[in-house]
Amino acid sequence: MEWIVPFFLTVITASTPLLLAATGELVTEKSGVLNLGVEGMMLVGAIAGFAVTASSGSAGLGIIAAVIAGTLMSLIFAFLTLTLMANQVATGLALTIFGVGFSALVGSGFVGFAIDPLPGLSIPGISAIPIIGPILFGQDFLVYLSIVAVIGVGWFLARSRAGLVLKAVGDSHHSAHAIGYSVIKIRYLATMFGGAMAGLGGAYLSLSYTPMWAENMTAGRGWIALALVVFATWRPGRLVAGAYMFGLISVMQLHAQGAGIHVPSQFMSMLPYLATVIVLVIISSDRAKIRLNAPACIGQAFRAAQ
Amino acid sequence: MGVATVTSTTGDAGTEAIKGAGPAQLEVRGVTKAFPGCLANDDISFRIEPGEIHALLGENGAGKSTLVKIIYGVLQADQGELIWEGAPVTIQSPHDAREMGIGLVFQHFSLFETMTVLENIALAMNDVRDMDALRKQVEEVEKTYGLPLDPDRHVYTLSVGERQRIEIVRCLLQNPKLLILDEPTSVLTPQEVEKLFETLRRLADEGCAILYISHKLHEVKALCQKATVLRGGKVVGGCDPREETAKSMAEMMIGQKLTAPDRGESRTFGDVRLDVSNLSLLSDEQFGTHLKDINLEVRGGEIMGVAGVAGNGQNELFRALAGETEQEAAPDTIKIDGKSVAHFGPRRRRRLGATFVPEERNGHGAVPDMSLSENGFLTAFRRMALSAKGLIREMPTKSFADNIIKTFDVRTTGTGAEAGSLSGGNLQKFIVGREILQDPGVLVISQPTWGVDAGAASAIHQALLDLAAKGTAVLVISQDLDEIFAICDSVVVMAEGKMSKPRPMADVSIEEIGLLMGGLHDLEGDVTPANNLEVEGGRVGQA
Repeated sequence: MEWIVPFFLTVITASTPLLLAATGELVTEKSGVLNLGVEGMMLVGAIAGFAVTASSGSAGLGIIAAVIAGTLMSLIFAFLTLTLMANQVATGLALTIFGVGFSALVGSGFVGFAIDPLPGLSIPGISAIPIIGPILFGQDFLVYLSIVAVIGVGWFLARSRAGLVLKAVGDSHHSAHAIGYSVIKIRYLATMFGGAMAGLGGAYLSLSYTPMWAENMTAGRGWIALALVVFATWRPGRLVAGAYMFGLISVMQLHAQGAGIHVPSQFMSMLPYLATVIVLVIISSDRAKIRLNAPACIGQAFRAAQ
Repeated sequence: MGVATVTSTTGDAGTEAIKGAGPAQLEVRGVTKAFPGCLANDDISFRIEPGEIHALLGENGAGKSTLVKIIYGVLQADQGELIWEGAPVTIQSPHDAREMGIGLVFQHFSLFETMTVLENIALAMNDVRDMDALRKQVEEVEKTYGLPLDPDRHVYTLSVGERQRIEIVRCLLQNPKLLILDEPTSVLTPQEVEKLFETLRRLADEGCAILYISHKLHEVKALCQKATVLRGGKVVGGCDPREETAKSMAEMMIGQKLTAPDRGESRTFGDVRLDVSNLSLLSDEQFGTHLKDINLEVRGGEIMGVAGVAGNGQNELFRALAGETEQEAAPDTIKIDGKSVAHFGPRRRRRLGATFVPEERNGHGAVPDMSLSENGFLTAFRRMALSAKGLIREMPTKSFADNIIKTFDVRTTGTGAEAGSLSGGNLQKFIVGREILQDPGVLVISQPTWGVDAGAASAIHQALLDLAAKGTAVLVISQDLDEIFAICDSVVVMAEGKMSKPRPMADVSIEEIGLLMGGLHDLEGDVTPANNLEVEGGRVGQA
């Protein structure tokens, strides 16, 4: 039974960056904006967090830097698509490509640096309880934040007036505009929240998951986060389940090898993507369900009619 | 409500005297608004008294919607001012307008399909309220004004009439002093219209001023006490609709004499050219309507109208007839000139002599970014021989487009103009012309004059009548009952995907059609009222 604790710990660490980024993207998409730049925003968040932590020695400053960097990246996207009305898909792809290159450029000086990983929670006595202690009470701050954030977003969308307005803007921007809501402003805020959360997801990778910087270290997690949002049919509860399922699949390869099951590692690293495709096919076949939760205006530029 | 402070000196006890004496509820003074390339509002002035139902008349593009947006704070006027209860005001946003007591029922509903009725209402409230308190208020308003609504239903499950009720309840909750309605009846059955008018009259009696925008003149005549007529962004006159005729007001709107379409001599019909039998179809749209056992026959020379409230299967019917949804399994359900075509796509149906004009002009009827001659080519290349050896024949293509422009008086810069640059009415004339000039055996046309000004509409009506006179079978799908009564020889009504039996226009009344539109079936001949109430599905008529 001694494999249980390390197994769950790796699942949690693999799932957390996905959950952070996907929670942000969920809010962005609920407002009707499709930002495909998650991968790029995560990478820039990862290097910003790592660089500031390595230079200042403070992980707290590093996390703040990652949030700011992710937000700035999303502002580029928001300005291009919301103010200048550029195509959201093309701009999102460009943002990812930009993020990959830019983070590699900035990060070239930080390759090989070592930092201390984020400290885990330590409650005397409780964190020492076997199995439950390290899993539930021994994680670092960002793990708890990811759970708090997704619960907060769920509450925000279901219960608060601001959440209702956000959904309204994503559902029919013309109606929302006619009633007197500022579609562009709301979408800016939602996009910035998505950027900040993607930055946090990146910071988790470079500060906690593997406390180092490597070029392109997100390795497609931004894309998985995007797929997760659709997988969850834009519902926060399912987002948690999906993130942990994807996390589970991605660590299975390590544990399968450990357990002596010989499956080609390439096959195992393919699994999350394969699962995404299968799930997309399954849920797309029930269009009625997907439409009820999907923001109807997603990806459409809004121009106030005259 | 402002009225109480006014003292009448004339001694006349009636409300008329009080209305004229005090400050107007709203006075519009010299409002001017220009958009690039168009002066939408040019020095517009008029006033609305408390308790008055005031009509704003004008054709599409006359500037009505712009003016409404200025009053509701969506747009700001370049010049001029708004006087509210005697004091000048600036209305920066719809929020401000609602705060002052201005409510607006939108023409294209400003509702959110996937949200509940209550959520939709909450979104339009200025003050954040407790949902339970709001629910109570909604129920109160519903009871007071007789507007039944279930607060927890999702909007996409509601009929158009119910949707409009949400908008009205939304406004009433704000205790409006001025209620603006923008084309509120274009989607309602005649019975629903009567119900709406009752509510409006009651509101006016309570002192609420109502600005009523419509181009349905007999309704304006029935409801309104005053009218302001706009043309080309200017006020061209005012009148008391109760003392005018629909025709005289229409002529004020368009600024010229109106000619009724010429139906020619008594028409004779040939063989059945379009035959639909037992057509049932599951809609592939999210909120679509399934077609259930549709039967109809249109003979050569006949114009048949398909009446019905939008969303009762007309779009699905059009797509089935035009071949956009093919039915491999049941080729016999649709026949063109006796040939089974239900398994054919649009191109093969066109080859048999059928042409189609969809409701949506930009993107469905025409490609907005392509020139007129290219758009002409797209549907006519086979019948008009515009193509040879896989290449486009430039000259015939251009002259075909030229011919459409000349014959149908399309106002444009030429055959090279992009379709998207034309106004709605002109583009519609082009598309209708393109299909008519192909000399079809069968023409299916959806909402031929939706959003088209009166001049263009009467030209299109005349063209359809002329086409039928040459022996074409014409099926007109329209929400506009006036249109159906003006040009059709027979009529069927669609409700919830079902179709009534065809009736000759001569022996059917507008009330009967209204009942059928509300979803009451089996209204054939002398049925008893009890039989009329055999309603299937959820949408019970408002009759």
